[in-house]
Parts: sequence; C-alpha cells; structure tokens
Amino acid sequence: MKHRRAAAALAVALLAACANPESQAQSASAQPPPAPRYEPPADPYPSTYRAYPGAPTAITGATVYDGEGGRIDNGVVVMVDGRIQAVGGPDTPIPDGAVRIDGTGRWVTPGVIDVHSHLGDYPSPGVEAHSDGNEVTGPVRPEVWAEHSVWPQDPGFSRALANGGVTTLQVLPGSANLFGGRAVTLRNVPARTMQQMRFPGAPRGLKMACGENPKRVYGGRNQMPQTRMGNIALMRQTWQRAAEYRTRRARDANTPRDLALETLAEVLDGDILVHNHCYRADEMAIMLDMAREFGFRIANFHHAVEAYKIPDLLRDSETCASMWADWWGFKMEAYDAINENIPLVHNAGACAIVHSDDPNGIQRLNQEAAKALADGRRMGIAIADEVAWRWLSYNPARALGIAEETGSLRAGKRADVVLWNGDPFSVYTRPQQVWIDGALLYDMNDPQRRPVSDFELGQPGEGDVK
Amino acid sequence: MRRRTSLPSLQGRGSRGGCERAGSTPVSERAAQGVEKARLRLATHPRPLPCREGRSLLALLLACLALLASTPASAETIAITGGRVVVGDGSEPIDGGTVLIRDGRVVAAGAGLSVPAGATVVDASGRWVTPGIVAGFSRIGLVEVDAVDASNDVQANGSPFSAAIDVAPAVNPQAASIAVSRAAGITRAVVAPATARSIFAGQGAVIDLGGDMDAITRARAFQFIELGEEGASEAGGSRASAHVLLRNALREARDLRAPIGGGGSRQRSASEPPPEDLEENPYLLPDARRSDDVLLTRFDAVALVPVLQGRQLLLVHVERASDILQTLALKREFPRLRLVLVGASEGWRVAERIAAAGVPVIANALEDLPESFEQLAATQSNVGRMRSAGVEVGIGMINDDEARNVRVTTQYAGNLVAIGRVPGHSGLSWNEAFAAISARPAEALGLGAEIGSLRPGRRADVVIWDGDPLELATAVEAVWIDGVRQSLENRQTQLRERYRQPQEGALPHAYDRR
Repeated sequence: MKHRRAAAALAVALLAACANPESQAQSASAQPPPAPRYEPPADPYPSTYRAYPGAPTAITGATVYDGEGGRIDNGVVVMVDGRIQAVGGPDTPIPDGAVRIDGTGRWVTPGVIDVHSHLGDYPSPGVEAHSDGNEVTGPVRPEVWAEHSVWPQDPGFSRALANGGVTTLQVLPGSANLFGGRAVTLRNVPARTMQQMRFPGAPRGLKMACGENPKRVYGGRNQMPQTRMGNIALMRQTWQRAAEYRTRRARDANTPRDLALETLAEVLDGDILVHNHCYRADEMAIMLDMAREFGFRIANFHHAVEAYKIPDLLRDSETCASMWADWWGFKMEAYDAINENIPLVHNAGACAIVHSDDPNGIQRLNQEAAKALADGRRMGIAIADEVAWRWLSYNPARALGIAEETGSLRAGKRADVVLWNGDPFSVYTRPQQVWIDGALLYDMNDPQRRPVSDFELGQPGEGDVK
Repeated sequence: MRRRTSLPSLQGRGSRGGCERAGSTPVSERAAQGVEKARLRLATHPRPLPCREGRSLLALLLACLALLASTPASAETIAITGGRVVVGDGSEPIDGGTVLIRDGRVVAAGAGLSVPAGATVVDASGRWVTPGIVAGFSRIGLVEVDAVDASNDVQANGSPFSAAIDVAPAVNPQAASIAVSRAAGITRAVVAPATARSIFAGQGAVIDLGGDMDAITRARAFQFIELGEEGASEAGGSRASAHVLLRNALREARDLRAPIGGGGSRQRSASEPPPEDLEENPYLLPDARRSDDVLLTRFDAVALVPVLQGRQLLLVHVERASDILQTLALKREFPRLRLVLVGASEGWRVAERIAAAGVPVIANALEDLPESFEQLAATQSNVGRMRSAGVEVGIGMINDDEARNVRVTTQYAGNLVAIGRVPGHSGLSWNEAFAAISARPAEALGLGAEIGSLRPGRRADVVIWDGDPLELATAVEAVWIDGVRQSLENRQTQLRERYRQPQEGALPHAYDRR
C-alpha cells in the first residue's frame, strides 16, 4: 500500500517535471530561449478573510476600557459596518436602527489578543497525527511557515473565543530550533481554510528560540548547538549568511532563491517581526546585542520569565516582553519566575504582554492579568485596571504590528469587542458576547452563537457548553 | 516532559542535629540537602525550631520566637476573631466568627464563641478565615525542576517495582514548590507517583506543606493506577490488557500465603487482614510461599494486599465514560475495593452511576478540550453536573502542572462559580466550590475527620485571606499548619525584593539579601 502510494507520487512528480517548460528547456538544448522570469507573488497564501456581516450595534451604560489605558464609566460603544464608529460617554450619538445592548453592570473591552498560541498547529485531540507545531529536523528552519500547519477545525479556537474573548492570535512554530519558522496572525473565526483566518495585512513573524530547548534537542543528537554559546554562534552564522544572501539578491535578481534565507532577509528588510522565545535576562541582553550586530529588531521576547531583571534594557530597546502570570519551575530557565514580573516590566516603562502558549491558558488571559496586577499592587505598583488591559490587547497588537487595525476601541478600528458579564478582572466573570469585525460570533445566551468544529460533530458533547 | 530515563541518586547528608530550617532558604543549599524522610504517624508532631546558621540575626530571632510561640507542645490556645469564617464543609460562611485552636487542633469555629483566658488573639476583622486548601491530586514535593531529571521523583522508568513504590521517602519538604504553594494557602496535598512501566504507579501520600522536615500526614494513603489511555499504553497497548493485568495482580495478592505458623496457627490467605500484632508483614516472611505462576514481584503483590482488603484506597485515573463504568464494575468482582476516580472528564455522562456506586471523584476543574479521544465530552460543567447528580467531587490537578502550580486551585474553584452564571452551564455554589478544594478531597481520601475543614477536632490548618479566597486579587495574610504559624517567604518573594529596583546600587544585587 505504502509502496503503491510512493510510486504514484513519483509518477505525479515526473509528470509535473515534464509539464514544466523550464526543466524541459534546460534538458533540451544548451541555448535556451530566454524564459520569462517568474515573479512569485509578494504575498503567497494570501488572506481571504472576509468580515462576517453584523448589525449596527450600540452597547450602552457599560464600563469601557479602551485598551490603551482609558476608561469610560457609563460608556457607549458603537459598531457600524464592522468598525468602531464611536466610543464615549452616555450622550454618544447612536445611529437610528442600531441594536442596543444594555451594558449596565457590565464591562466592554477590546478583544483579547494572544501573541503566543499553537492552536491549529498542536490542535485537539493532541494525537501524533496532529503534531504539526515544530519542524525539529534541524536547528535552522526559517523556511517553514506555521500557517501551513494550521488546522482550522481545532476545537481550541472556539474555547478561546467563548471563554477567553480572544479575537486575534498569533500562531508560532515551536521552540526546538534556533530559527523555528514563520509565525502567522489569525482572526479567531471558524473557517474552512487557514487563509480565511489570516489577518489581512498583518506582518508575519519569525520565531527564534534561546536557551535550553535548542541546545537540548540538537545537543542530544551530538550536533550543534549543544551549548548556549553554540546557540549564539549558529544564530550569528545564520544571520551573516542571510545578510550576504540579501546583498546578493539585491545585486542579482537571478540569485537562486533560498526559502530559508529569504525569511531572514525579509526580517532584515523590516517586513517580518522577530518573536524570540527567551527566558533568561542574560540571554535577552545577548539577543539585543545580536540584533544590533546584524541590523534587525526584536519585537517581542516570549516567555520572558526573567524580564523583571532587565526592564530597563527592554524599555530602551523598545522590545516587548510577553509573560505568564505564574508559570514557573518546569525547567531551569523558568526557575526564577516571580508573580510580579508583568507589573515590574510595565512599571519600568517597557511594553508588557500577557500571553498563553497554551490552549487552556488562552481561555483565561484576563484572569492571568488580574493575578499579576494584584501582586504588583501588593508590592506598591499602582496600575489602574484599565491601564492593565493594555497587556491584553493594545501591547500585543503593537508587538504584532497590527495596532493600527485592532487592539483598542478607537473610531475607525476593527470592531473586535468583548462584552463581559462583570468585571473582567474578577474570577466570576465570563464573556457575554464577542464581536469580531462587528459580527456577533459568540453570545452566551444563544446556543446558536456557539461554534462547533467539524471534529466535534457527532461526538459526545457536541454543541455543549464548554 | 514527565518521562524519566534514570533514577536520581538519593544520598542523605543527615540532619543537622535537631537544628532544622524554616521556610526560606536559597535553593543551592536545598539541592545539597538529601532527602531524609521517616515514616510518620498520623498524629500531631512537635515542630522543630528553626535555628540554622546563615540567616540574619534579627530574622532568625523573629522566626524562632514565632515558632516558639506557636508550637503545639506549648499547649497554646489561639483565637482568630472577627473574620468571615468558612468552615469548608459546604456550609454558609459565618460573619464575625471565631476560630479556636488548641494543641494544633481546631476546638471550635463559629459565631458567639468566647475567647478563653490566656489565648493568643489574632484579629481577623474584615478578613476571611478558612481551612487550608487541600490539593486533591498533585505531585508536589516530588519535583524541584521538572526537566532536571535528578530533581524529579515522579516516576521510575528503570525500576523493577511498581505497586510497591511508596512516594513518602521521596517527598522533599523543602522543595521550592512547597513554600510557594503554602504562601497561596495550600496546606495539604495528595501526592501521587506516576506510572512508568506498569498500570500501577505505586502508593501515594497525603502531606502537609509546613516549613519543617516532617511532611507526611499519611504515608501509603492509596495505590494509584492508570486504566485509560495511559494504562492501556503501560499494559502493552490495550485497555483489555490493562484490565487483565489488574485482575491478575489482585489475584496474585489474594493468593499470597503466609508461612504456616508465621501468622498464627493456620494458613492464612491475603483476603483476610493480617493480625495487628505482627511485627512484619507475614507475606514477606522468609518461608512465605507463593505460586510460580506470577508476573509481579513479591513486593508488588504484597503492596496490593491492603487494596484488596479495602484497607488502602485505590485511586484510578480514567477519563472516558466507558472506562469509568468498567472501573465501577470492579467492585462486583472485588467487593472490598475502596475506589476513588481520578480525572473523569466524561464523568457527567455517567454521573448517576458514579453516585449510585458511592465512589468519590477527584476531577480536573476546567478541562474543556477534547485533548484526547478519552476526553471528547470534556466540559467545565463536568464537576457541577456530577455534583448535582450526588457525586462527591473534589478538585485536583491531573497532568496539569501538578508538581508546582497547585496554587491555582482557588482560581479554578472560582471559575466553577463563574460558569453558574452562564446559561446551560452547571457550576458550583460558592460554598460547594470552596468545599471542593477543602473538605471534599479530604473526605475522598478518607481524611475528612483530620483535615479539610474547621470542624472541631480537625488539624488546625487555617488561612487568613485579605478577601474572598477564590478571587484573583486576594492574597494570603497568614497560614497555620497543625496550629503552627508558617512563614510565607520563599525564593520568589526574595527575588521580588532583590529586583524591586532592577538597577544595581553601590554593590551588585548579589549583596542584596533580606
């Protein structure tokens, strides 16, 4: 059976090769006619996301956190044509015919944005056949794209929506490699294809990883890197190759295309943002120097467990730190975690983000922020609730390069909105309704507004509250 | 991550002559300290004084005074007054209540209690006073850093033993996770080993999280086995094999024969309890006899005798509804088994049958993803639905950061209250949610008369909180374990203080110590 399939695949490949005029030309004569040079599309696998229709809607009487640090009591949020039309006090004009939702005693916030997810790439059920999150086959794999592994039927997307109010997320490749591949930013909408989820216009990311994982995985195979210095050496060597490739390509358009180096060249061009898994303070400092050495910028350190030791460096380099509230100790580089990491980074004037890296944690990012906020206050760091919401929407949007489009409730931005049935920093609160681009995609009072993935159909618990 | 490839070396360095430490010690020293653990009785044990070198004199003095003042041996009476008292058994909180502690036990908790003359009074006005949280399933104390094999005693892939394994000697009372969890109000924990090459993980313990060297509340409190996907895998690849292995193992335990004359004047079988006065287990005596047709080592078979006799609980990890029913059915063949279900993500599908069997459950609180094919029907309503059907449910952390982060237990319980306000969901009332992390797990482990509530006679594990203990912003203000006031310091709080100001001062941070 396997042999037959392999033979069939080979036949298809041969046919494709025969049908390919370029390969024919190469084999036919020494003087090929000048073939028209193939220009790949600037954005292959482009987004086909379309906003779902939504009715003009006004939420009134709610406590509004605008996501950038502002708060309006007895506030009004108006969504029209998928965009925020207005955010203001009780006298904010509401268009005729708009659906009015009484938000008295409730809170309105921008949708939560998770900068670190593997939903779709490590979906549920977590069986071997679904393990598509990390191309561990080599320490340098910038040619792989996380989006090519995304399974839109992962039931986890709907949990993040309904329980977590998550409207946008970045899916990254795993962290075994120094260069893990490209990350993709998705709208959290049920879809048939990954392209229907891709956030239109969002820059792609590059996943890099410091520390224990690369040296353990490859060192265990007796190959480079086996040490932290090996990590850095191989990263530098790779950046050097990327810089040379970029120069060659600029000089000579016929330079053979190298998909791995192409990703890195786009980073050097500033078109792809670096998201760097890096726990320890000392390693983050080395990575910041490496970025200066090769002329790229690190947008965001992920799992920055020791960010509190170097918030000044993060602030000065304008690098965000994405953190957990209280995960710790599962490996040596997570041993120095403290509960006040997030508020300490914020308090130093650096960009703090709450992230999940987990299909359960993504359902409770608001709660993680609340814990960190409270721990910060107890050590004397006074941060208002509405300011702390920056960790959940505006700062992640900045780190992903989509802050012009979403992450806060500003007129003209995408209407990614959560109405919470209470204070979102209370454990007793859940999303009541969630809009993405003004389309109501979750309503706790309406079982019809509860996505059920293909995988869940016909299974025990189909369509249940989750 | 949980897999182990080698056994750690356990080399005790001996104790420091009765001069043991209190809560907060740099980890480098912890790592150098071997595990020294004796089997301990289920009784109040006097706490040693913290008097070791290397601390600032003031801190030392204060700590020693604090412990001296509250050592049960001093027969001190403590009255915690004025707080909102949560008894932990599911009853309504009592405003302005008093908790009376004497000799390490709760004397009474409630309103209108008079404070005995000479009692140390702790004013808890505006605070909440509760029993300490009981982590219903954990691996706390068995791990320092998961990924550092030598510090991880959760499972033993290379061991020839399975059911005979006893976690008690591996529990490290000075694991960082114990001090960290204690600061979050966790005072007791169910500690289970994990399976390696058998469906039998071995015998787990119930421990306290006090800052002394005596952690074991009850050693060998239960045998833990896997009968779902994990069990199938350990049994060679199928659930059917796991069930045969279980039955065979119980048969081998039943067929053990004490030596004639060794346990009395006649031949005894393992289906009857051994005489109480025997110094040694009769089935391990030199001329104890045994069939040649066996799979288990003698130690493993002997370890299953108390399970077979119903003297030791059998905790069974299963998730799928059909696996739950197959587990309940074991009682028909082995009527004396005292079962506790662990996990049970699909328990709500067969909740009435679990209730009818009278089998308690330790469940994950918030499992809602079909993470495996045995959890397809997982929902956060699982606990609430089982509870509504009359099942006794406590909350545990099953394969969920259970070695270090049991401190999120209160958050999880709060979430079960939250979903009560979401149409279609079944949550828990606040009182039931709190009981699910205090009295219920204690009762499931057969320790309801000892821990998990502030009812009279219980061990005085008491926590004062600055607000609703299930709320995210709430913090612990004080913890007593066995009536002994505990330190809330740990290396995380010390790191916080060191980096309050990240920039160095006149000297590097390495010179900053409190």
